[in-house]
Amino acid sequence: MDQQTDQSGQKPLIRIENLGRTYRLGETTIDALRSVDLTVQVNEYLAIMGPSGSGKTTLMNMIGLLDTPDRGEYWLNGELVSELGDSRLAKLRNREIGFVFQTFNLLNRANALHNVEMPLIYAGFGRKERLSRADHALEQVGLADRAKHRPVEMSGGQRQRVAIARALVTQPSILLADEPTGNLDSATGADIMSLFDQLQKAGQTIILVTHEASVAAHADREVHILDGTIASDTGAVVH
Amino acid sequence: MMFVEMLRVAAQSIRANFFRAFLTMLGIIIGVAAVITMVALGTGAQRAINEQLDSLGGNVLSVRSGQGFHRGVAVQTDKLTADDVAALKRDVSSVTAIVPELSVRRQVKLGNQNRSLNIVGTTPEFADVNGFEMLYGRMITQGDVGAKRRVALLGGEVPVEFEIDPTQLIGQRLLIQGTSFEIIGIFEKKGSQMFDNQDKNVWIPISTAQYRVAGTDNLGKIGVQIAPGIDIGQAIIDVERVLRREHKIIPGARNDFNLSDRKQFLQMQQEATKIFSYLLAGIAGISLIVGGIGIMNIMLVTVTERTREIGIRKAMGATRANIMVQFLIEAMSLCIAGGIIGIILGGVASTLLANLAGWQTPVSVTAVTVAFVFSAGVGLFFGIWPASKAASLDPIAALRYE
Ligand SMILES: Nc1ncnc2c1ncn2[C@@H]1O[C@H](COP(=O)(O)OP(=O)(O)OP(=O)(O)O)[C@@H](O)[C@H]1O
Ligand SMILES: [Mg+2]
Repeated sequence: MDQQTDQSGQKPLIRIENLGRTYRLGETTIDALRSVDLTVQVNEYLAIMGPSGSGKTTLMNMIGLLDTPDRGEYWLNGELVSELGDSRLAKLRNREIGFVFQTFNLLNRANALHNVEMPLIYAGFGRKERLSRADHALEQVGLADRAKHRPVEMSGGQRQRVAIARALVTQPSILLADEPTGNLDSATGADIMSLFDQLQKAGQTIILVTHEASVAAHADREVHILDGTIASDTGAVVH
Repeated sequence: MMFVEMLRVAAQSIRANFFRAFLTMLGIIIGVAAVITMVALGTGAQRAINEQLDSLGGNVLSVRSGQGFHRGVAVQTDKLTADDVAALKRDVSSVTAIVPELSVRRQVKLGNQNRSLNIVGTTPEFADVNGFEMLYGRMITQGDVGAKRRVALLGGEVPVEFEIDPTQLIGQRLLIQGTSFEIIGIFEKKGSQMFDNQDKNVWIPISTAQYRVAGTDNLGKIGVQIAPGIDIGQAIIDVERVLRREHKIIPGARNDFNLSDRKQFLQMQQEATKIFSYLLAGIAGISLIVGGIGIMNIMLVTVTERTREIGIRKAMGATRANIMVQFLIEAMSLCIAGGIIGIILGGVASTLLANLAGWQTPVSVTAVTVAFVFSAGVGLFFGIWPASKAASLDPIAALRYE
């Protein structure tokens, strides 16, 4: 089968085949991912669900190019990325992926603006361009007035918005979010989810991991993972 | 562009732990300051010796009366005489000047003060051969020697010794063991030369010394100046041959005089000083390396502390090279900052020591450049391991690090 197009003739953003990841802890091995097949089209809104330890984060790390698979293939935008070297992977992480973490992962020493600016440094933009883009991204998440605040001076919801601004600032192909509302109360979580909805309407492809049905309900497609394999998939809804 | 950013991150990180950074830098500061000071001192010491070498007109051999042997028993003799001087003048072709000296220690009275000083009888050539310059007045003349005149020439420190203004001394009288002498001149200070300081001597004509002061015909020392370009080894052999003949020393017996070559001695001293200063600079260099190990230690701590930051940066698109360079810049910034402070401290220390030792201890551009480049190199060398450790961190493991 042609790897560049699926049955509908459309070029998929993500195509994963037979992907596997095994962790070794001394003598024992853990198959975090057994054999995963997944195709994601541009502008999909996909929620990954599943019990704790089923391999959701492992899969997200693969998609986000933070981890490399032990088996199988992964094409991103038609490029086989499962066997790339460090510098190309870093470039793709920088350009194609926007990652939002459950624990925010902001730099505590830097203010919101500098946190959001950071990916643009590695993209090679000049200072002026960086700051104007970072400003714009903060505006997008409704935090223009908090640009000079450091993470410790912000609420959890605000921190997560900064993290989302940072993920968006490079205009990535995919926004990945691993339990983005996991550390937030339900009201703040709902705010974040409505921000995601907005972004998706504006054309952003979003993949998120969640335990909560209410969060998953925002997405157009649900993929359930069980024991390192995909147990069910509601199928692509392309806009 | 990215480099400027990395410098900023490095500055931020150093500022965040300023006291720790400063303590770490201290090793580099002390190391660099020590290298600068030691090199400056070494150069200064060598320069001082070089100046002495330059001040010697040609090469001067010193002949001193020494031990003779009578039936295998060493006896003190004073067997250098005017005949030896004449024979050397006549039979050693490479000789350009011969300066006899006769020193005795005598009580000297100037104004109302008494001092015990070295009285040296000599001839007019003394000043040229030994590189003495006149401060005031005139040198002893051949006429003074011929007429056994009671005239005296003072070393540069003598007026200080008697607490008298040197400008007032010419033409004044001074008593050597009760005998009155006219002061005809004062030498410029010469400073210490090879362990002895002649600036407190009083010079008088050799004949006057023999007949009016010491009461002996003998000489204590003969300075033999050899023409420039003549092989000193050959000159020594010639002088020795003539003196052995004059003293009727049978073949196989030992000399009853000592021959020493001042230039050769100075050159040996110069070599020794060079080795010594290299040694000191080497030890200072080792302290610089120890400082570098301190930098490496603190960089390893920094990398561990910032594991999570490294993970975040990698997730946002930093390459291994980016992370590596960032931490190298940080290590080198520490070293270079320490290096600059060390250079300033070393400069101050060398200047202070120079004043203390009375040497010129120049802080050379080379030493500063080398110290600077070396401290940057130390930063690079000792930064590489921590930086590559940071660069090779797995992004997921780094993000998970607590
Ligand atoms: N670094 C690791 N070393 C060893 N085993 C690991 C590692 N990371 C994950 N695992 C294992 O792989 C399996 C899948 O982990 P993963 O983090 O993907 O689960 P998850 O679905 O995200 O769970 P949760 O909902 O609790 O976040 C688990 O059994 C886990 O113990
Ligand atoms: Mg997880």
